[in-house]
Amino acid sequence: MSIHKLSLYELHKKFTGGEVTATEIVRAYGLRIGQVESKVRAYITQTKDAAVAQAGALDASLKGWRKTSPMMGMPLAIKDNICTDGVLTTCASRMLGNFVPPYDATVIAKLRAQGYLLLGKTNLDEFAMGSSTENSAVGPSRNPWNLQCVPGGSSGGSAAAVAADECAAALGSDTGGSIRQPAAFCGVVGLKPTYGLVSRYGLIAFASSLDQIGPITKDVTDAAFLLGAIAGHDPLDSTSAAVPVPDYLKALKKKDLKKLKVGVPVEFFAEGLDPEVEQAVRAAIQELKALGGEIKEIQLPRTDAAVATYYVIATAEASSNLARYDGVKFGLRAKETKDLLELYMKTRQEGFGPEVKRRIMLGTYVLSAGYYDAYYGKAQAVRTLIRQDFEAAFQDVDLIVTPVTPTPAFKFGEKGDDPLQMYLSDIFTISVNLAGVPAISLPCGFSQAGLPIGLQIIGRPFEEETLLRAAYAYEQNTQWRAKKPVIR
Amino acid sequence: MIYEVVIGVEVHAQLRTKSKLFCGCGTMFGLTANSQTCPLCLGLPGTLPVVNQAAVEMAVRAGLALNCTIASNNLFARKNYFYPDLPKGYQISQYEAPICEHGWIEIAASEGKRRVRIRRAHLEEDAGKSVHVAGMNGSRVDLNRAGTPLLEIVTEPDLRSADEAVAYLKGLRDVLMYLEVCDGNMEEGSFRCEPNLSLRPLGQKEFGTKVELKNINSFKFVKDAIEYEIKRQTKVLNEGGKINQETRLWNLDRGETAVMRSKEEAHDYRYFPDPDLVPLKLEKEWIESCRKHVTELPAARMKRFVSEFTLSEYDAGVLTASKAVADYFESCVKLFNQPKTVSNWVMGELTRELNNSGTDASASPVSPERLVSLLQLVEQETISLKVAREIFPEVYSSGKTPEQIVQEKGLMQVSDEGALDKIIDEVLAKNPTQVAQFKEGKQQVLGFLVGQVMKTSGGKANPGKVNELLKKRLG
Amino acid sequence: MEITTQEVEKVAKLARLELTDIEKAAFAKQLSQILTHVETLKQYDTTGVGPTATVLGQVNVFRLDDARPSLSVERAVANAPESSDGFFVVPKIIEDRQPL
Repeated sequence: MSIHKLSLYELHKKFTGGEVTATEIVRAYGLRIGQVESKVRAYITQTKDAAVAQAGALDASLKGWRKTSPMMGMPLAIKDNICTDGVLTTCASRMLGNFVPPYDATVIAKLRAQGYLLLGKTNLDEFAMGSSTENSAVGPSRNPWNLQCVPGGSSGGSAAAVAADECAAALGSDTGGSIRQPAAFCGVVGLKPTYGLVSRYGLIAFASSLDQIGPITKDVTDAAFLLGAIAGHDPLDSTSAAVPVPDYLKALKKKDLKKLKVGVPVEFFAEGLDPEVEQAVRAAIQELKALGGEIKEIQLPRTDAAVATYYVIATAEASSNLARYDGVKFGLRAKETKDLLELYMKTRQEGFGPEVKRRIMLGTYVLSAGYYDAYYGKAQAVRTLIRQDFEAAFQDVDLIVTPVTPTPAFKFGEKGDDPLQMYLSDIFTISVNLAGVPAISLPCGFSQAGLPIGLQIIGRPFEEETLLRAAYAYEQNTQWRAKKPVIR
Repeated sequence: MIYEVVIGVEVHAQLRTKSKLFCGCGTMFGLTANSQTCPLCLGLPGTLPVVNQAAVEMAVRAGLALNCTIASNNLFARKNYFYPDLPKGYQISQYEAPICEHGWIEIAASEGKRRVRIRRAHLEEDAGKSVHVAGMNGSRVDLNRAGTPLLEIVTEPDLRSADEAVAYLKGLRDVLMYLEVCDGNMEEGSFRCEPNLSLRPLGQKEFGTKVELKNINSFKFVKDAIEYEIKRQTKVLNEGGKINQETRLWNLDRGETAVMRSKEEAHDYRYFPDPDLVPLKLEKEWIESCRKHVTELPAARMKRFVSEFTLSEYDAGVLTASKAVADYFESCVKLFNQPKTVSNWVMGELTRELNNSGTDASASPVSPERLVSLLQLVEQETISLKVAREIFPEVYSSGKTPEQIVQEKGLMQVSDEGALDKIIDEVLAKNPTQVAQFKEGKQQVLGFLVGQVMKTSGGKANPGKVNELLKKRLG
Repeated sequence: MEITTQEVEKVAKLARLELTDIEKAAFAKQLSQILTHVETLKQYDTTGVGPTATVLGQVNVFRLDDARPSLSVERAVANAPESSDGFFVVPKIIEDRQPL
């Protein structure tokens, strides 16, 4: 048995059944990471030693008694923008190169209480701003399917680690597609929950009204399993929803889409969509139909406004969220500055990379005197229209299916330095964040070059169960997940 | 040229919550630097604010007492700027939708009672403190105060003199202290006043250029600073100069204001709704439930004291200036229904001791019950008023009951005729001249003789009785 | 929308970002492009449309007024680039604070 090849849920079953110990799990993953990490570069910080010690303690405490919590003994990787008490949390930024949080994010506190094993903190685009991990201060991660290609971003390290079997599952964060897009690029499953389902407390903020933590996993079952372990109301997060957390695994019992209406928005199959991606997604839609889904063409007329709306709101919030990095209480401080102003200006000059600076500049501009109404105010209103589009669509259909990205994973450096073109490629994922609805990305094929292609299924707020049911039915009736990358 | 001064005031009142506005850290003053901080109020990445319900309730109570409209929908906004004691790089405040608007408070002005309009009162978090230590190269930052809830209360430019500004501030402070939403401690910064003022030629409608004053931590300095500033601006204008729109600091040592070294950079705070917080939607019923906690305010209580206890306006005013003193007074009167006597004692002996030890009436070591027991000893003629006054400092400081002290010291008043007669015999024998004078008709000598008897008795003799007995003997 | 280098400088100062001349020129060009795209939002009629401040529409999320233990001073300043006697230390502050 190769432990690292098991899914999270399979591993959980074996651990609960006493077939495998926590120590064996950590050792197996230690070996696997040792084999492939130098090629994939998924992690910023590895915490193997702590995990070994923790696994030993866990095994000792469990002698002859195997009543466990869901995540007990489960080896997970955590995106490095989620705070872990006592463990370096850098956001892949020079600014936080030495930042050790004195507290746990709520999701980490939940996992810790269940006895999970932290394998390490994964790479990302600095402060989760980007879609390739090329904006990481420690250099990019690689796509396990093709090391010349990006793993996507910003949760690229997490997606690559899952695809390369360097962890059983991972947490990412999604502000405009940062879970779903790398999941699609790396051929794994990524779920962005409804805004408010998972606590943001301890997630280092990029854009507060859009950010959400979610699972990146080897299959849909794992996504349901891990989501159940991290979801739920948190009194430390004012925007956290007071809704009950169902047993998401139960949603996977029906292996069909009977009585479900599936909307296909015309706006998502427009110019710029790679033919291979379109073909794979169209084929997936046929499969959903074969599984009993009623396919319906729908419209999300304000889709064209999404990129502009998103980049105004997200950068405005970011410009304020990132003001705390001033070299006073924590993080980097520029050396030898003559006064306070210079300390601020140089610290932030040295600490932030170009993409972060660009977004701070844009966000500061759209909030500044004389421009607020024309940009930020307008974007807030258009956001309402985009939400209304989804509300209207969900009057007619239960789910919406779309591509995740216009193209499969691209090569390093391929996107050049045209930020607008880069932003426009987020078109299929960002309206989901603006509307606050949940969405899942799962493999639906491969390009001729052998790169994975992702399918996005979008659901109504807090209807993750329906989302997971459809995704599971599709997954079980296709064989995409059987294919594994050969890392070379 | 005769100028009219136009004054508005901004007050930052610290709300008396146990914990900060957005986190569970305490709100104590004067603790070791940074010992009252947590990841949230340090501005650590990833932390999220959650509103303290008590702060909202206090703001609403204050708003109601200040005759404000309470906004049913209000929002928190971020005010963005960089400063070392502002940990997040923004302050959570309220901008477009403050919690209280359009109120007023009544003050005594030169022409009689007048309303000062309150433009708005909003909730916000306090910043930390930056301290410059002499001889040190840098400044030091203490974030203990960061995140403490403040109510910022802004008037319309309705005040016309330094005295009016002080009257407004005193009235406002009384109200907030009465509601127990602010402790009113100006030295510790719980009640910070920032007046702004401008001059205009008498009769002109347009306002002149406004100057803001800061660094004022007592009512006296409010008056001094405004009066200084009026003189300064009058001089500048009379000499044909121009007033600059600026913020000036009150310099206590020099007794003058000086321009802050602020660079004239236009502030652009980039306010926007805080996406980490959700709107407050205050239901009518909830606001009304807050109204129940709005206690009787000083002005009303003073009027009631005058009518209910037939006190002078002056006495009633002194007693109701502090809620704790007024409460103390009323507790005493409930036990001992002689308001004038109680008022004399509370305003006199008690206040003196409280002031000497810097104690608030609510924490007086002499409880109303104990003070009343002392007054009853006088009432029952167990001790004289003089003895009562003499032993009060001991009652205050020793923790003993008045009865205990009177017994231990044997201070019981002597009314027994036999005992008094003996003393009288002694006094009359020693003072034959005065006795002769009295008999010649010099009535005023009686007072001298009473005094002698009192002195000989060590103050214990009942003076009424002595008077009576002496008259009988000499009569 | 054309953003000049001067405007870039002004915004950079507000955001406390020191920029090189090359960065300033690049940002002027890029921000111009992005904002030109953002202006396509004008075509959407938003008359009478309220802003989306929170997607879920919750209101009145409160915590009770209970004081919880704070961090130790040592932990509070543990991540500070410079501290002394439990204080954070910064270069001498010569600008006075902006109004609260």
